[in-house]
Amino acid sequence: MADAVDYKQIGSRPVRPDGLDKVTGRAQFGADTVLPNMIHGKVLRSAHAHAKIKGIDVSGALALPGVFAAISGADFPGGGIEGEVGGEGGGTLSDVAKNVMARDKVLYHGHTVAAVAAATPMIAEAALAAIKVEYEPLSPVLDVLHAMQSDAPLVDENNYTNLPEKPESPSNVANLGRLERGNLEEGFAAADVVVEREFECPMTHQGYIEPQACVASIDENGRGTVWCSTQGHFEFRAATSKILGKDLADLKIVPMEIGGGFGGKTVVYLEPLAVMLSEKSGRPVKMAMSREEVFRATGPASASVARVKVGAKRDGTITAAQAWVAYEAGAFAGAPYMPGAMAIFAPYELENFLVETFDVLVNKPKVAAYRAPGAPQSMHAFECALDEIAQLIDMDPIDLRLHNAADEGTQASYGPKFPPIGFKACLQAAKDHPNYQAPVPEGAGRGVAAGFWFNVGMQSSAEVHINENGTVMVIEGSPDIGGSRASMCLMAAETLGVEYDKVRAQVADTESTGFCNVTGGSRTTFATGMAVTRACEDVIAECKKRAAMTWGLDEDQVEWEDGQAIPGPGVNADVKALSLADLAGKAAKTGGPIQGRASLNAQGAGASFSVNFGDLRVDQETGKVDVLSYTAVQDAGKAIHPSYVEGQMQGGAAQGLGWALNEEYIFSDDGVLQNAGFLDYRIPVCSDLPMIDTSIVEVANPSHPYGVRGVGETPIVAPLAVAANAVSRSLDMRICKLPLSPPNLLEAIDGE
Amino acid sequence: MAQITLPDECAAITGGQCSLTLSAENYRDLRAMLVQQWPDLDVLLDRYAVAIDGQIYQDAFMEPLNEDSEVFFMPRIEGG
Repeated sequence: MADAVDYKQIGSRPVRPDGLDKVTGRAQFGADTVLPNMIHGKVLRSAHAHAKIKGIDVSGALALPGVFAAISGADFPGGGIEGEVGGEGGGTLSDVAKNVMARDKVLYHGHTVAAVAAATPMIAEAALAAIKVEYEPLSPVLDVLHAMQSDAPLVDENNYTNLPEKPESPSNVANLGRLERGNLEEGFAAADVVVEREFECPMTHQGYIEPQACVASIDENGRGTVWCSTQGHFEFRAATSKILGKDLADLKIVPMEIGGGFGGKTVVYLEPLAVMLSEKSGRPVKMAMSREEVFRATGPASASVARVKVGAKRDGTITAAQAWVAYEAGAFAGAPYMPGAMAIFAPYELENFLVETFDVLVNKPKVAAYRAPGAPQSMHAFECALDEIAQLIDMDPIDLRLHNAADEGTQASYGPKFPPIGFKACLQAAKDHPNYQAPVPEGAGRGVAAGFWFNVGMQSSAEVHINENGTVMVIEGSPDIGGSRASMCLMAAETLGVEYDKVRAQVADTESTGFCNVTGGSRTTFATGMAVTRACEDVIAECKKRAAMTWGLDEDQVEWEDGQAIPGPGVNADVKALSLADLAGKAAKTGGPIQGRASLNAQGAGASFSVNFGDLRVDQETGKVDVLSYTAVQDAGKAIHPSYVEGQMQGGAAQGLGWALNEEYIFSDDGVLQNAGFLDYRIPVCSDLPMIDTSIVEVANPSHPYGVRGVGETPIVAPLAVAANAVSRSLDMRICKLPLSPPNLLEAIDGE
Repeated sequence: MAQITLPDECAAITGGQCSLTLSAENYRDLRAMLVQQWPDLDVLLDRYAVAIDGQIYQDAFMEPLNEDSEVFFMPRIEGG
């Protein structure tokens, strides 16, 4: 791996290539596509959280002037669909199909029961009102602990817990996770102090600014194009075609600019409906969710209940740790119960532990991935318990974590031994940070917590074309959510030895580049970056070949340095170095256009650790929490574009603090979401938070050519426990229930 | 012999055996050996990622194994 100090492009901070278009409104998002003769699709959603559908009559809608098509579950292919959807919380395609359009039952308030396409949005709304649906209401189950009881209403009468031997009776528990090592009894017996608590995290939404939206245009042969807002257009193509029983090759998906996803745009909702409505009507169909629909019917993060027990010696050694975590899956199986189990103890070297996790059905929207899915909930519980241990043994919370920290060679709680990791470096950087050295403001508490995510590789493709003037065009298939085009350009420029401003990047549709998995899992800079780097190496090999041809040398007598071909050491050739522009300008004579390509399944993603701390103060009369300062430290492996890395850390901290302080889905007893809008579901705004200070640690991932680990998931993990620990220290009482909202805090304060 | 660790959910198929040693030149051969011994593992193994000497592979195939390699099968992770 090249030494970091040698990098000329990587580590610089150029202005993002998409920035100007986005701030001026030129950028085209999912709802911006307009086609001739386009009509508008709308969705009829369930009025009940749990009910049998006795009948649906769409004839009234179809009779209205200006209505072109109306569909319900009966229009969709029957039978199961093989395959699963990418991303934690994706679930099986059969379940996704039933989430896209309900069949015999509605499983949550807002579940799709029918859809129409009409000349105008107003006519479409009138058509929805003309559809008759006969329901037989059933009792909903809305709480994870209630859902796990044997007498709870069943969300799915055919759900049997996934065990080696099929249980005798169905239940709402879909899956179990379990990891174990050592001897818990001996571990707790060796402890000087033991903490045992129950923690709660609410259901929260990613809160992406752009609602789901798409336009589908399908011709009379059933073939066509979908323009949409997606984290993974190849996976949207696969899901949409399978749900509709179409040939995958008959659909082209064009990824538009995306206004946030955070995991929530890895699953299809509207696309199969728009395709079917377009096919039935013979017109292009636009569909866009309202904010209320986004809240009611797309995938939030799981609510959870976690019971944690931790034992430690007075020197800080953790002797045993036990966790039981139940995750709400929503209406279909697929809560992130396993990542939660694997993440909870990952930062630490533990001899004795047991973690059990549960994937539980409830009559709420099916959950979807949300940054580091499953980890914030489970790690919130353990990191809070650790903070209480630190208080009990009068130890600095960072020192406690340093004493138990995993390092290279540590057997991770989820199995393998860690390669080089940066957790200890993050802890030390946090401890040395001026904000940590500063005194805690009067009346405030300081919270500390660790974060972790595995990161992944998966499949990516890239092509690099050298234009005739030597400028560079990178074509790749990863939708740019967090600034990946700039990162791809930087890695291409570094590899080729040219300036950043000579490189452009384009995210291509499903027919214009090779397969790419979703932009998610912190994989894009790692995996697609690896593909871009290899494609550039392909270009360099071709350029050396062309130079050798020009000079009459063998290919192995040519080297590539600083963006130009030169004779290798010891080669006696009186020639002038050939730049990329020189070689591209003569390409017609040496074999035609110069391009490189790479397709790969990237392995060796490096785990990313973080340490966050913050000072928070509670107004004990109102219960309002003020975040006075917040610092995020994270190992990026190598920050290709440090400003984007800092942005990920700041954004994740803001989302995590929102989850900790105010955000929660509030349901009525009959399962109707009461706060389906940003006025009542309160995400942090600028005036709620201080500047989030950042510190990037760089412990290179040896599996990536530039040491990249990926940074997008980890930042949301630590803030939940940071906030809870700070508030608990501020109030001198343990607060175990999120959010730390004024009503919840006042109830806790008044209860003391 | 490589040290192999299977997830707990495999225990019902392997008769409780989740830690074992096998000698194989690469992952493909290791997987074939496991499936030959316990055919019901075939579908289950495709659902796992595998860590070989600390390196996690979502889709391992021809990755080489050493005599002292540590191989952990684990749930696949994707993320958001």
